[in-house]
Amino acid sequence: MADTSGTATADTATGTVAHDDAAAGGDGVRRRDFINIAALSAAGVGGAAVIYPLVTQMAPSADVLAESSTDVDVSAIEPGQAIKAVFRKQPLFVRRLTPEEIKAANDTPTDSLRDAESLADRTKEGHGDLLVTMGVCTHLGCVPLGAAEGENQGEFGGYFCPCHGSQFDTAGRIRKGPAPTNLEVPDYEFTSDTTIRVG
Amino acid sequence: MVRLLAIGAGLLFTLVVMISFVADAYNAATTDTPETAEYVFHEEARSPDGGWSFNGPLGKWDIAQLQRGYKVYKEVCSACHGMKFVAFRNLADLGYTENQIRAEAATWQVPGIDPATGEATMRAAEPTDYIPSPYPNDVAAAAANNNAIPPDLSLITKARHHGTDYVYSLLSGYQPIPNELKAEFPEFKTPAGLYYNPYFQYLNIAMAPPLTSSGQVTYDDDTESTIPQMAEDVTAFLTWSAEPTLVKRKQTGWPVLIFLLFATILAWMAKQQIWSAVKPAKRKD
Amino acid sequence: MSFPWAKQYSPGNDFTKWVDEKLPLPRLVYNAVGAGYPVPRNLSYMWNFGVLAGFCLVLQIVTGVILAMHYAPNALVAFSSTEHIMRDVNWGWMLRYAHANGASFFFLVLYLHIFRGLYYSSYKAPREMIWLLGVVIFLLVMATAFMGYVLPWGQMSFWGAKVITGLFGAIPLVGEPIQIWLLGGYAPDNAALNRFFSLHFLLPFVTAGVIILHIWSLHIPGSSNPTGVEVKSESDTVPFHPYYTAKDGFGLGVFLIAYMAMVFFLPNYLGHADNYIEANPLATPANIVPEWYFWPFYAILRAFTFDFILPAKLWGVIGMFSSILLWFILPWLDRSPVRSGHYRPLFRKFFWFGLIPCILVLGYCGGAHLSTFTILASQIATAYYFLHFLVILPLLSSFEKPEPLPYSITEAVLGSDKKAVLGENTSPAV
Repeated sequence: MADTSGTATADTATGTVAHDDAAAGGDGVRRRDFINIAALSAAGVGGAAVIYPLVTQMAPSADVLAESSTDVDVSAIEPGQAIKAVFRKQPLFVRRLTPEEIKAANDTPTDSLRDAESLADRTKEGHGDLLVTMGVCTHLGCVPLGAAEGENQGEFGGYFCPCHGSQFDTAGRIRKGPAPTNLEVPDYEFTSDTTIRVG
Repeated sequence: MVRLLAIGAGLLFTLVVMISFVADAYNAATTDTPETAEYVFHEEARSPDGGWSFNGPLGKWDIAQLQRGYKVYKEVCSACHGMKFVAFRNLADLGYTENQIRAEAATWQVPGIDPATGEATMRAAEPTDYIPSPYPNDVAAAAANNNAIPPDLSLITKARHHGTDYVYSLLSGYQPIPNELKAEFPEFKTPAGLYYNPYFQYLNIAMAPPLTSSGQVTYDDDTESTIPQMAEDVTAFLTWSAEPTLVKRKQTGWPVLIFLLFATILAWMAKQQIWSAVKPAKRKD
Repeated sequence: MSFPWAKQYSPGNDFTKWVDEKLPLPRLVYNAVGAGYPVPRNLSYMWNFGVLAGFCLVLQIVTGVILAMHYAPNALVAFSSTEHIMRDVNWGWMLRYAHANGASFFFLVLYLHIFRGLYYSSYKAPREMIWLLGVVIFLLVMATAFMGYVLPWGQMSFWGAKVITGLFGAIPLVGEPIQIWLLGGYAPDNAALNRFFSLHFLLPFVTAGVIILHIWSLHIPGSSNPTGVEVKSESDTVPFHPYYTAKDGFGLGVFLIAYMAMVFFLPNYLGHADNYIEANPLATPANIVPEWYFWPFYAILRAFTFDFILPAKLWGVIGMFSSILLWFILPWLDRSPVRSGHYRPLFRKFFWFGLIPCILVLGYCGGAHLSTFTILASQIATAYYFLHFLVILPLLSSFEKPEPLPYSITEAVLGSDKKAVLGENTSPAV
């Protein structure tokens, strides 16, 4: 029976290992630490990599993202009328402005507004009478009134949000009430004279 | 006491199951089960000669093949089979651009609602629509097909044992009843409205041969559209439709496995290092 | 409860000291799976599977909770919501394959853990309670797995639910009302699917609770070991951390390689093609089989074919449930004073040449197409299964002459107890 007591010595009280082999010396300790740190780091990297799919699974799925563009036929909207469409499961207001409404919007000096934008900023060139905005109040996300026939359009003849009384003018700009910004104009383009593609 | 009861229960179970054994063995020995044509002449599914590009741990889609397969599906299979889990937007995987997909979708008609009257109507499909079934419901499908409902094809290669090979073999396996079968089982018949196919479990299948002649589908590339070629292409397409993530899955698997191998080697070294102090040394004698 | 030489937790700084006074959770962990838990120094890799089983439960809970964010437990949409996960949800295919194969690997690990317990008789005093709680955990996991398999609402889901609840229909008089009550209808439908989903979500957390009890009761006598000889002195043990944390870490790596290879390269290998066909109450699949981990029990169920006083169907149900429930009395059946199979020559023969082949035969027969051969083979194997546990084990100790045991764990490892100088305080015989 060989003498095994030396190499089998470990100080279990502190968990450290006492090498009796002098040659292992300082280098041995450093190598040991290196391996343990490397192994723990690998476990950490692996764990962190697993987080990625676990987090991104909550982001919109492929079918939801695919719904993110909507075609709207605007040919049937008469001046003074508005329609509600659906864009990303949220209401979209498309409104054909009357000349009076355009004039009212243009007569308002933009620097007096909370969110300074002109009507031209908010419409497409050549289609200055077509106002496309999200039907989502920029305050807390309610749907403002004023798109459907006979609804309260507020003091400025645009939209009125019943939740907290935000009032929007004929260009969908915030004029009164708690909403911080104008009704959002989503990205859209005219795919023909009568059709827009939103998103 | 527990042990006595247990021994009693154990012997009882043994007795009961051995009675079953004797009864079943006696039955098996005295009754003669004749072999059936289904058992003798059923053939195992096979791969095409070149194999499948997407098989194996490094498999990849053959995009041109998937495009040809889609064309076969559209011009042949879709007459009877829908694909309710595959949207036209998914065709982006087959290398089509957004505008091509929009145009392709518009060649299909899907159920819609008349925006003016709200009545049910048909409209051109959009990229977000799913490939429609030609039948409004199962009853209509059964009525039009001699009571056999054509299954939805979205998942067909996953829904059959060795599905990819099976679908390929079935599509290219229609044939007359072999003479050996007629000789061995004179009773065996293919009833009217069914078709002989040795790859089908019961040998007689309700689906009429869908691929009947070379050139049935005109390919856009210069591949010759023979029956086996069309069967192979459409099967590849159906394998994609059953699992569009198949190639991505394998491609994700490699780095995961390589990383794990690396981490496990490190873990082994760390373990050896930690245990070296308390492991008995090798005996020197 | 621990050995007197167990290291004591000492908070390193003011913050950990503060935590230790208010809520000594770090101390609990330290004593449970840290340096404060002395473990026999001679554990083989068979002792890795307890930790791995715990890991599997966490894995299933994490992936399962995520799948539940996308799945809809309604018979109309359950199948398509599963496909939605596979096709549209970001990484959904990976999470679902990980969950489905995770169940298989969970059972693989559990079976190896049980195998360890059976071979080394880990169930014997003083560890009966650990074993009993383990059987409870096993039953809970089986119930959870069964209900989880119903959720995708494929053909096997539907018919599995129908067949398994049909087992209760075998009970005389009350059977049929119980089956209808379980399903909330005459066949599996929305009501059954919804309650299965609810219970499938709940039971893993119940299981986690029983696992805490399992580990608690383990820490009273401490871990068993391959010799079956109890710990005698400090030189018999090493602290759990870092020794067994390192060993378990390596075991986990090997496990993950096998598991991930299945998830990414053969994710449907253990599944059944019919479950990719949406549930159809009007057409039964040609061969209804459960998942592989139920095959042995399914074979026992099918082995009883003869109406002996009671109907064969009832015998099958009684036999199947008894085959697991008998584990509850196992600690009192096997009276041999020797624990480890290493030192029991007769037990070893019956174990390796009787029980293991018998379970493999049962597994094969339970998964195979029903035929005369599989029926007859499973009948012989079923008979042996009951004989082994209920007749052979209780009688064996009367005939068996065990081989000599080592004096201590240290002696088993080092060849001589005298050579053991591990600790400063308790060197036994220097």
